[in-house]
Amino acid sequence: MKRFAALYEALDRTTSTNAKVDAIAGYFSEAPPGDAAWALYFLTGRRLKRLLPSRVLWELVRDASGLPGWLLEHCYAAVGDFAEVTALLLETPAGETPELPLRTWVVDRILPLRAASAEAQRAALQEAWASLRPRERLVFNKLVTGDFRVGAAATLVLRALARVAEVEPAVVAHRVMGDWEPTAEAFTRFLSGADPASLQPYPFFLAAPLEDPVAALGDASEWLAEWKWDGIRAQALRRRGEAHLWSRGEELVTPRFPEIARKLAALPDGTVLDGEILAWRDGVLPFAVLQRRIGRLDVTPRALREAPVAFVAFDLLEEDGVDLRERPLAERRRRLESLLAGASGALLLSERVPGAEWPDWAAARGGSRGRGVEGLILKRLSSPYGAGRRRGDWWKWKIEPYTIDTVMTHAHPGHGKRASLYTDYTFSVWDGEGLAPVARAYSGLTDDEIRELDRWIRAHTLERHGPTRRVEPTQVFELGFEAIARSTRHRSGIAVRFPRILRWRRDKPAREAERIETLRAMLPPEPERPRRALQRRLPFDP
Amino acid sequence: MRPDDLVAITPAGLHCAAGGFHVDPWGSADLAIITHAHADHARPVARSYLCAEACVPLLRRRLGPEASIRGVPYGERLRIGSATVSLHPAGHVLGSAQVRIEESGRVFVVSGDYKRAPDPTCAPFEVVRCDVFVTEATFGLPIYRWEEPSVVAAEIHDWWRANPGRPSVLFAYALGKAQRILAELAPLTDRPVLTHGAVESLVRLYREAGIPMLRTEPLAEAPRKRDLAGALILAPPSARATPWMRRLASAETAMASGWMRVRGPRRRQGYDRGFALSDHADWPALLRTIEETGARRVLATHGYAEELARFLGERGFEAEALATSFEGEADA
Repeated sequence: MKRFAALYEALDRTTSTNAKVDAIAGYFSEAPPGDAAWALYFLTGRRLKRLLPSRVLWELVRDASGLPGWLLEHCYAAVGDFAEVTALLLETPAGETPELPLRTWVVDRILPLRAASAEAQRAALQEAWASLRPRERLVFNKLVTGDFRVGAAATLVLRALARVAEVEPAVVAHRVMGDWEPTAEAFTRFLSGADPASLQPYPFFLAAPLEDPVAALGDASEWLAEWKWDGIRAQALRRRGEAHLWSRGEELVTPRFPEIARKLAALPDGTVLDGEILAWRDGVLPFAVLQRRIGRLDVTPRALREAPVAFVAFDLLEEDGVDLRERPLAERRRRLESLLAGASGALLLSERVPGAEWPDWAAARGGSRGRGVEGLILKRLSSPYGAGRRRGDWWKWKIEPYTIDTVMTHAHPGHGKRASLYTDYTFSVWDGEGLAPVARAYSGLTDDEIRELDRWIRAHTLERHGPTRRVEPTQVFELGFEAIARSTRHRSGIAVRFPRILRWRRDKPAREAERIETLRAMLPPEPERPRRALQRRLPFDP
Repeated sequence: MRPDDLVAITPAGLHCAAGGFHVDPWGSADLAIITHAHADHARPVARSYLCAEACVPLLRRRLGPEASIRGVPYGERLRIGSATVSLHPAGHVLGSAQVRIEESGRVFVVSGDYKRAPDPTCAPFEVVRCDVFVTEATFGLPIYRWEEPSVVAAEIHDWWRANPGRPSVLFAYALGKAQRILAELAPLTDRPVLTHGAVESLVRLYREAGIPMLRTEPLAEAPRKRDLAGALILAPPSARATPWMRRLASAETAMASGWMRVRGPRRRQGYDRGFALSDHADWPALLRTIEETGARRVLATHGYAEELARFLGERGFEAEALATSFEGEADA
């Protein structure tokens, strides 16, 4: 338990993904396989079904400490985490405490609590607390209340496991898929399984941003135009009787999209499609809707109903088990269209954007925003399916971002190497006589500008809240962003997607910055029902 | 407060009418008795100052060469007005003192900040029996319980050693905490520690007082080209978001403070590590101390004063929270 608690603490205190992977890999290689299996179980978000309600722990702490209820509540307010406050309230055991393996804790001590009498539960908890230091108690409490969460995405856990197993993350991702019992045998199998290579996706081919005028690409008849979707790029594999959906992040996402998996199962064996997972109901829905389906393991009927998805295919990489990647796109596209002719529901064909000349496509691109797409992808009809972001054959021709002039109102220090500089800024727009924050952004300035702005911030601070400084609202910045949505999380009621600094508008006085009404006018029409849960998951946080 | 209390809160601070002096005043005063040299207790507001002998150099540094400061040995009784006053070790930092005030057979003790944990840099807390005890309550919640300082020192040392490829910057209050860390680390290593200027000037005063500590070297005097990987650097928290840190851009950072006991502050402040090392009494030490003084009446200041007073009230003490202007130490 000490080792696992140390891992929990290590993950808790760093925001660096590399440091997290190092810590997890360190644990996997040092811990006995039986412990590592349980650690993997917990780190990938699996839980022991609620063994003990928090109330039982709370009452026990109250009785054991003899402290009045109001004082315990003040303690809770100061800590804000139930498992932690119960861990901190009790005396620290004196001297060395015994070390028992995580597996022993879980199998011999925690799981039997489920069937134990209330009396036996209390006795077991007290015995456990008396032998654990506060940081171990915290983890123990989280495990017994089913509240264990850890600040590391499943992909990082798999990267760590892959490093220890000395294979690609995709390989271990496949090994740990589905149901398994957290045993030493299972963990050993994850480290050295036999893997049919057939479960692997192909390396993704990526489009490069188009910077030159589109006419420089030559004759439009040599090109195919598709919509640039804003979803999750993925490959759908139908091989050896199995169906797998791999995201570009090398994450196996099949279980999250069961409706797509069912559709894939109907494809002929030996098929690999390249495409985009999108929230879809008679057309594409905003990315925010898709987010309801990302980042959670359980797919509830409600999520299926409120955030329906589809795999929209735009390329065929393999047919009848034959790798088509060297064939010209024109041929792959023809085969794809005949394979998916009449496709419907959760598996669709990404339509060609009609057009014969560049101006046709320029006009289509102009209508992107109304269609909920980010612009066009232009693909040379003669091109093979490459790997990585190779320039020349695939171009993304995105629409210009929205731009607004905003006033910088707060500054925040950067991370890591930039912790001594103010590199993150909050930008606001006028709301009546006040300023309402609408975005937090950091990229887009040159190093010289960052240093100059850092000096300015230090000299023009109005107030400090911890590491954050509120500054004089006089500096105007032009921000670009990709989309705008309602938000209940932000005071302004508005959240923008991918905000970035375009220019420091030294020429503009603050009063000429945008007003909140302008942003409200950019919002899409109000949805029929406010999607609160969904808004909360927006990943951008001004 | 009651009318017959020996001390009362006035606009300038805690005042003793019988002696005509203030304790740690924040407004203008004639005579100020200073419990210790931290900024929120030792302000430049009085015509003359009285403090423990060991506190004089620290107070002098804060108040300047012109200030009229008189040091008295711990335990020596002085007659001030109609009150008898003596100073007793508080165990908080070098020269910290509790103020014992006696008049007409009644004894008040103003603790100032104090702790009960062992500290090689200052005289240990002395229990002084009294009728009324004015206690601090910075960490007056039962979640605050300190580990043995030697255990925390070993954790700090392990953290430093586990970090050979980068500098390790440990933030700690410049007066007291920083020197305590240098003294606690001394049995574990003999490697020198680099210091921020604000820490170094106080380290010198501690050395002059004969406190054994690890060797130190001001970072500012280290050659520009020197590789700082593997070095430990002690700095006050206020140095964190300043250009001073630029040389240490790649550093692993940690904070030594009682607040680090709780995960929330540890995470919010964004340090890589937090060490719960405090110069204040934890919850068990507060209760034990109040018990040992024999006081039936307790006045609490700082931090969780309301909570401590209410708790004591339910335990049969006559207790109240005092509204003071001590900021408490964010970095305690």
